[in-house]
Amino acid sequence: MIRAVVAVAAALLLAFIIIPLAGLVLHLAPRDIVSALQTPAAQSALCLSLLTTVIALAITLTLGTPLAYILARAAFRGRSIVDAIVDLPIVVPPAVAGLALLLVFGRTGTFAPVLARLGIQLSFTTAAVVMAQVFVSSPFYVRAARAGFLNIDRTLESASATLGMGPLRTFYFVTVPLAAPALLGGAVLCWARALGEFGATIMFAGNLLGVSQTLPLAVYLNLEGGSMPVAIALSVIMIAFSAAVVIVVRLFERR
Amino acid sequence: MLHIDVGLQMRDFTFAASTEVPSGVTVVVGPSGAGKSTLLRIIAGLLRPDSGSIVLDGRVLSDHRTFVPPYQRDIGLVFQEYALFPHLSVGRNVAYGLRARNVPARERGARVQAALDRLEVGSLANEHVGELSGGQRQRVALARALVIEPKALLLDEPLSALDPQTRGRVRSELASILSDIHIPTLLVTHDEADRAAFPQRVLLIEHGRLISGAQHG
Repeated sequence: MIRAVVAVAAALLLAFIIIPLAGLVLHLAPRDIVSALQTPAAQSALCLSLLTTVIALAITLTLGTPLAYILARAAFRGRSIVDAIVDLPIVVPPAVAGLALLLVFGRTGTFAPVLARLGIQLSFTTAAVVMAQVFVSSPFYVRAARAGFLNIDRTLESASATLGMGPLRTFYFVTVPLAAPALLGGAVLCWARALGEFGATIMFAGNLLGVSQTLPLAVYLNLEGGSMPVAIALSVIMIAFSAAVVIVVRLFERR
Repeated sequence: MLHIDVGLQMRDFTFAASTEVPSGVTVVVGPSGAGKSTLLRIIAGLLRPDSGSIVLDGRVLSDHRTFVPPYQRDIGLVFQEYALFPHLSVGRNVAYGLRARNVPARERGARVQAALDRLEVGSLANEHVGELSGGQRQRVALARALVIEPKALLLDEPLSALDPQTRGRVRSELASILSDIHIPTLLVTHDEADRAAFPQRVLLIEHGRLISGAQHG
């Protein structure tokens, strides 16, 4: 009896996840999805999303790898606080993150005088899209990378040092290859979160075609007043990306 | 000649060692936690002593002004569990120190093969380290430490990772290999049988103190 209840409860939740996604994917015939994706709005959103997420990922890898390494290796006062700060964007609502970015980097924000003097405008630009994506997605990479670095046997790094490799070359030849599954898994998750970013982007970067209208924003706009088939086709693309991410992350975890 | 005269405040005890290690094997015997690995880590540069000096063949590696980092010391260290790089083949493990010294690829290949042949594991160059037996791992680790032509060799409990059946055989093989190496070589162990296999020079270490008086000529 208890087994049956447990099985039914599990099946219900599973069905609740599968049915809406399957309904969305099966709503349009493949032919209609292809033709909806060929509209200029869809193409623009797709290109912008790919461009901004790749730049956001590159920034996160460049800045997040040293941060993850410091969190895994360095002993300093306040490390747990830094740790918590890194995790904060995961739990802060994206709209709040967008508002925070706007208040600091926006046209009337804290850094407005400095940015104006340099002739830089960030809010409602493609740069703002990238900033919003880095803000919400970087913790996924930093967390995974930190765990990857923590799991490495430090003796191997010591062995590298006694064999003549300095700290940077040891990092490149030993630490990174050994942490690679964690780093790649974290990077894929980070990219997927950036791709799905909506709330912070619409607050800080707006919803301008070709400038800040990424895939999730295009889905929203087309659902509101544009073309429903375009909204559905773009959603199907994002589900396909998400499924690919889940599979890739699982493959890395198995290694 | 390796001259050691160092002190280091550890959490549980004060580590102090003062001795001179000539060419050939010197065995350091002591119970677990006595400071054997600490001694090797200080000599290799993985731990910085609070005071004293380390001088190898006239070159100051560590004193109150100088601290040569481990990657510039030219000291081979064979770790207790061998610390072979799991993502590299046997050949690439052995080539690692030569790569660090920017030895050209062709010369590197020849020296790696010669080092593996010398330790009778020449056929394993392309094997993955995960596929090696305990005795083979030890030989590969030794080849990796020796191929860089170090000025001193340190072995941290080189037999403790082996099962009791193979330990005796590997011990006599190791004694034979080390008898051909003419650099200061420190082998630390807690096993009295190792002491008997390497009777040339024996030092005792207890509670972080190296007792030079126990050495035999």
